[in-house]
Amino acid sequence: MADLSTNFIGIKSPNPYWLASAPPTDKEYNVVRAFKAGWGGVVWKTLGAEGPPVVNVNGPRYGAIWGADRRLLGLNNIELITDRPLQVNLQEIKRVKRDWPDRAMVVSLMVPCDEESWKSILKAVEETEVDGVELNFGCPHGMSERGMGSAVGQVPEYIEMVTRWVKQHSRMPCIVKLTPNVTDIRKPAEAAKRGGADAVSLINTINSITSVNLDTFSPEPMIDGKGAHGGYCGPAVKPIALNMVAEIARNPETAGLPISGIGGATTWRDAAEFMALGAGTVQVCTAAMTYGFGIIKELTAGLSLYMDQKGFTSVDELVGRAVPNVTDWQYLNLNYVTKARIDQDLCIQCGRCFAACEDTSHQAIAMKPGRVFEVIDAECVACNLCVNVCPVEDCITMETLPKGAVDPRTGEEVREYANWTTHPNNPMAKAAE
Amino acid sequence: MTITPQTDGIRSGRLDRATLAENFDDFYPCFDDHEARVAADRCYFCYDAPCITACPTAIDIPLFIRQIQAGQPEAAAKTIFDQNILGGMCARVCPTENLCEGACVREIAEGQPVEIGRLQRYATDTLMAGNAHPYARAEPTGKRIAVVGAGPAGLACAHRLAMKGHDVVIFEAREKPGGLNEYGIAAYKAANGIAQAEVDWLMRIGGITLQTGLSLGREITLERLRGDFDAVFLGIGLGGVNALSAPGEEKAGVRPAVEFIAELRQAEDLAALPIGRHVVVIGGGMTAVDAAVQSKLLGAEHVTMVYRRGREAMAASDHELDHAATAGVKIVTHAMPVAIHGNGAVREIEFAYTRQGETGLEPTGETFRLKADQVFKAIGQTLDGLPDGLEAARGKIATDVIGRTAIPGVWAGGDCAVGEDLTVVAVAQGRDAAEDIHASLTA
Repeated sequence: MADLSTNFIGIKSPNPYWLASAPPTDKEYNVVRAFKAGWGGVVWKTLGAEGPPVVNVNGPRYGAIWGADRRLLGLNNIELITDRPLQVNLQEIKRVKRDWPDRAMVVSLMVPCDEESWKSILKAVEETEVDGVELNFGCPHGMSERGMGSAVGQVPEYIEMVTRWVKQHSRMPCIVKLTPNVTDIRKPAEAAKRGGADAVSLINTINSITSVNLDTFSPEPMIDGKGAHGGYCGPAVKPIALNMVAEIARNPETAGLPISGIGGATTWRDAAEFMALGAGTVQVCTAAMTYGFGIIKELTAGLSLYMDQKGFTSVDELVGRAVPNVTDWQYLNLNYVTKARIDQDLCIQCGRCFAACEDTSHQAIAMKPGRVFEVIDAECVACNLCVNVCPVEDCITMETLPKGAVDPRTGEEVREYANWTTHPNNPMAKAAE
Repeated sequence: MTITPQTDGIRSGRLDRATLAENFDDFYPCFDDHEARVAADRCYFCYDAPCITACPTAIDIPLFIRQIQAGQPEAAAKTIFDQNILGGMCARVCPTENLCEGACVREIAEGQPVEIGRLQRYATDTLMAGNAHPYARAEPTGKRIAVVGAGPAGLACAHRLAMKGHDVVIFEAREKPGGLNEYGIAAYKAANGIAQAEVDWLMRIGGITLQTGLSLGREITLERLRGDFDAVFLGIGLGGVNALSAPGEEKAGVRPAVEFIAELRQAEDLAALPIGRHVVVIGGGMTAVDAAVQSKLLGAEHVTMVYRRGREAMAASDHELDHAATAGVKIVTHAMPVAIHGNGAVREIEFAYTRQGETGLEPTGETFRLKADQVFKAIGQTLDGLPDGLEAARGKIATDVIGRTAIPGVWAGGDCAVGEDLTVVAVAQGRDAAEDIHASLTA
C-alpha cells in the first residue's frame, strides 16, 4: 500500500484530502464526523472578526445544475462566512485539534483590510494551536461587497499587504486562497508569494447564476423573487481549476510555491490530476456535500491503488509530475500530425461523428451505404471533435502519422518538431537556429 | 361450490375481482417525468436515424425524444401526432422490438435500445391528459368523403382529410369506433379506456361524422357511397377468420380467438366472463398471444399455445412470446391440429407433430392429445367478402402503393389492403391515402 501521508508546508496529515473551508467544516460536530470517516484534514469554515456574527439569507443558499438522472454537476452558493459566534468556533477548534492531533487543522480567516483586525484574529487563532491559517481572498458573494473576500483577491497589492501582516503577526503557516474571478491567476499568486505566503490554495468559487426561472423571471437560487450571483463549484469547474493550478505551478515567478488544489475534485482520479499539476494537497467540498463524508474511502483507496500500480511510494512522487508538460500554444509541435480512425467493429452507426464533422467541421467523414462511416484523410485536420462526440469509448481514436509519411491533406511530409515561433507564417518568427 | 382455476368446464369467476383488476391493469404504466428524462437521455440523436426509417409512419423519433429531454412532452407529442395521429395506441401496441427499437443503435450495441415506445406513450399521454387538440381545420373545401371502417386506417384517414378542410363521414359496422384498438387488442395493453379516449380526442378536430351499425354490403353499398361522396376510403379490416380444417371444429367450446378478445374487451365485469380450465390456442401471432395470456389472466389453469411451425416463424414478437411464457402459457411448436374430440363439446384436441418436407409442412406421424374444454382459433383473418368491382391480391383488396384501388375515386388501407397487419401500418396507409385523396380532389 502506497503511503498517502502528506507534509504540506510543515502541516502533516495522514492523506492529502482536506475538506475545504465551507459548510462541512463549520462546527465541531461535522469536523469530528469527517475525521472519524478518515479525512486527512480540514480547513475550518471562515471566521470573521469579533463582534456580532454575519447573518445569512433564510431562503435557498444553493442552486445547482444536474444531469438527466439528477447527478449533480455544478453547485452554486450564496452562503457567507460562519454565522456562529467567534468564541464558540475557537473553543471547538481548540478541542478538535487537541482530540485529533494527527489531522491537519487549518482555519480560514476573513476580516476587514486593516492591520489591527488581522493582528487581533491571528492572536485568537494562534491560541487554539491549529496547524495554520488560510486567508479567504476568494469568496465572491456578499462579503466581497463589503471589501473582503474576492474584493481583496482581485487586487494583487491588497493580497501582498494582508499576507505580509499575517506573516508579521503570526508564526503559523499561511495559505492564501485565491479567487478565479480574475483575468490572470498568476498575478494574485505572485503577490501572495511576495507577501510571504507559504502556499496558495485555489480555486475559490466562480461568479455564477445557475438558471433562470422562466415563469417568475428570477435567477436561481431565488430569494423572494430576486437573485444575486453565487459562487460556482463542483465537477463542472474542475477544468478551470486544473488550468489555474497549472498556471501557477509552471510560472517561473511562483514555481515551487506549494499549492493546495481545489475545484470540483470528486474522485481519486480528479485528485491525482490536481496533484500531477502541482497540488500538494487536495481540498474537497461539493463531492462531500453531495455524497457525504463516506467518499473518503474511495478517495484514499483509489489514490493508493493508482500509486501502487505506478510504483509511487510517496505522494511527493506524483505531485507536479505533469507540470513540465504544460506549455504555451506557441511551443506545440506543428509537425505532429494525426488522423481520426474509426474502428468499424466498435462503430454502432449512430452517425454523430458524421453530423458533427459535416455540419460543423471539415467534411472529413464520409457516410457510405449501410451507414458505414469513414474518415477522409485528405480533409481530416485531426480536430478530435468526432472522438469527443462518439458515444463509444475508443471507437474513434487518433493515429499519429510517422515522420516521413505524407499527410494527404497537405501533401507534405511529416517533419521534425517545429513550432509557431519559427513558422514562416509568423511575422514575428525567428530564424531556426 | 367455489369456482377456482381447477374447476372443470368453461366457468366464470375463477379469480376474485381484485385479482382480475390487477391482472388486467396497465401492463407497462406510463413513465413519470423523471423516468422519462432518464430514458430520453439515452438517445444519441443519430444522424439520419435508423429508428425513423424503421417506423412505418416515419415519426421523427430523435426529435421527439430531444423535446422530452428539453422538458416539453407536449411538443414531443405534436411531433409524433404529425406523423401518426394514433401515436398513443401505437406506443402501446407496436411491436417496437421489430420496428424502431429493433433498429436503435443502442439495441445493436448493447442489446438495450432507447425505450422509444414508452417515451412515445409518455409524450402522447401527457398531451392528451392536458386535453389539448393541437390541430385545426383548413378552410372548408366543400368536398365530402366517405370512410368505411372506424379502425386505425379509417380514423387516420378521416383526421387528415378533416384537417385539410374536407367533410368526412365514417361508417362503422360495430357499435363503437376504434376497430381492433377497441375490439382486438389485449385489455392490459389498452387499459383505462384509452382506445375510446383516443378516438374522442381525434374527433375533436371537427368535420368528422361517425355513423355506427352500418356495414358495407348490407346497410351501405360501395356504389351508393361513390354516388353520394367525392371519394371513398375503405378501411374495413378483415372480418372473417380462417378455419382449422380439422374434424370436430364445430363442437361447442371451439371459437375464433378474435371473438373471445372482443368479448373480453367489451365485458363490463370480468368476473362474469367464462373461461375454460384447459385452454388451447392455435396459432402463432399476436392474436394467439393475446388470447392465451388473457385466458391465463382470467384464471384458466392450463393454457397452451400450439403453432405448426417453429418459434422463429411465429408472427408474434419475441417480446410477446416471452410475456406469454412469463404469464404461464405453455408454447408448443411444430404441431398441427388433426382432430377435435368430444361428445358435443370439445374434450380433447389431437395434434400431429410436423416437419418441413420437400413440398411443405408434413406430419411426422407422431401425434399427441391435449385436454381442452376451450379452443381458440387464431390462424389468421380473411377479407369478409370483396366489394363489387374491386380486385383482390393475396386475399386482400389490391391497391397501388398510395392506396388507390381498381375503382377510380376509391382508396383502401389497413388490414383489408395489402401490407403488414399492424396498427402503425394501417395508420400510415390511412394517412397517405388521405393525402392522395386531397391531392386528387384539389388538383
